[in-house]
Amino acid sequence: MVKMTDLPTKGGFSFDLCTRNQMLLDKGVQMPPFRKTGTTIVGLVFQDGVVLGADTRATEGPIVADKNCEKIHFMAPNIYCCGAGTAADTEAVTDMVSSQLQLHRYATGRESRVVTALTLLKSHLFSYQGHVSAALVLGGVDVTGPHLQTVYPHGSTDTLPFATMGSGSLAAMSVFESKYREGLTREEGIELVAEAICAGIFNDLGSGSNVDVCVITKGQTEYLRNYQLPNPRTYISSKGYSFVKGQTVFLEQLLLLVSKLVHVEAIFQLRVDEWQYRINWGLVPCLC
Amino acid sequence: MALRGDWMYENNGGTCVAIAGIDYCVVAADTRLSVGYNILTRDHSKICSLADKVVLASSGFQGDIRALHKNLAARHLLYQHQHNKQMSCPAMGQLLSNTLYYKRFFPYYAFNVLGGLDNEGKGCVFTYDAVGSYERVGYSTQGSGSSLIMPVLDNQLKSPSPLLLPARDAVTPLSETEAVDLVKDVFASATERDIYTGDKLEIVVINASGIKREYLELRKD
Repeated sequence: MVKMTDLPTKGGFSFDLCTRNQMLLDKGVQMPPFRKTGTTIVGLVFQDGVVLGADTRATEGPIVADKNCEKIHFMAPNIYCCGAGTAADTEAVTDMVSSQLQLHRYATGRESRVVTALTLLKSHLFSYQGHVSAALVLGGVDVTGPHLQTVYPHGSTDTLPFATMGSGSLAAMSVFESKYREGLTREEGIELVAEAICAGIFNDLGSGSNVDVCVITKGQTEYLRNYQLPNPRTYISSKGYSFVKGQTVFLEQLLLLVSKLVHVEAIFQLRVDEWQYRINWGLVPCLC
Repeated sequence: MALRGDWMYENNGGTCVAIAGIDYCVVAADTRLSVGYNILTRDHSKICSLADKVVLASSGFQGDIRALHKNLAARHLLYQHQHNKQMSCPAMGQLLSNTLYYKRFFPYYAFNVLGGLDNEGKGCVFTYDAVGSYERVGYSTQGSGSSLIMPVLDNQLKSPSPLLLPARDAVTPLSETEAVDLVKDVFASATERDIYTGDKLEIVVINASGIKREYLELRKD
């Protein structure tokens, strides 16, 4: 019999630690909270292309880690992807597929297609069996027309005329289900997306801050970062805060020499003089 | 049947703050009620006026908080009938502590700050844990945003430890308007970073002339 240790590792995900993690959870060990994007992300198809939208709040448990993060990721000049779930996972997976698409563009000499991005994403997520917690709304316009797809963490996909994902998806979907119709104009599409994101921002605690919008049409993409800023700070103290020296009481002070300051003026002066001497005596050819 | 964790309770979020001054007391709390990632209401008061010089702000499980406030209000009414006067803040402080400890083995999921004026007319703040341990302090916060607000108050108000001898005054030398300004700024900051704090801020100021209420709009996201 071949011993386990003799078999060469073939790559792919090793699930050994998953059993260990489950055992730790059963014992009551608290896993540190990931930074999740909480999130409301949406996409819809209008008459000339697709509009994607996202909020800008990133949370770590009940605390807002980033008040203005970017959730609409670049995949290709004609394809963008909104990401919900664990922030690191959405960043990593979209960056990875974006690079793969660029290499593919060089290899084929053609504009990237949405289905290509879709297949790359879903096969990656499926192979990690849902442990890569990325829920995506992929949208773009290619030679075959406008496309809008959702990708779930386990690797399933749906092709839809309008889609929402994230903790605020129900709030946003309620807006879409009421007001979406086929053949929207660009202005109507942007307005509807902004309204859906706002519904998520105000009614879902995991979403907040600003509205980002991305409009993709044939031959042109517009990334409207912070399209709406409906949440300004409500109160700023006019008195301000002053932190005078000596306000913090310290017990010990340690002074360390980090570097010495060397005066170099003299050396420079010498070199200029040396050159001047050489020019005066014709030892340097002057270029006139 | 084993009781799993906090199945009996629910945390409705929110933050409360109280600051004691020389002749006033500021008690403030946001008005957002939430459960999980949802908002139940944007306009729910966490502050209860117990006596003419005593105000209680509580955050935690609203069901228990309602019951607790009702209990204390009833006990205060009884006290008024028996003693023909209003309860003082230190007396109410003791009553709240006993009420909380009475349910030591099935606690009120309520995190309280009691504010008011003591018998000499000076600002008086008591802070509690869920089972009734209490202490008179110069300022306090409880609730979801408390860990965001407390360090700022520690820096700006610098209350001396109650264990120091000779006993030092815990109340802040700030004026009433300055204290209210600080409370507003500190809540605006907590709202930026805590998802359970927001919507509206209710500020109650107790001084010799009575109880005054003020509101400030906060971020609604």
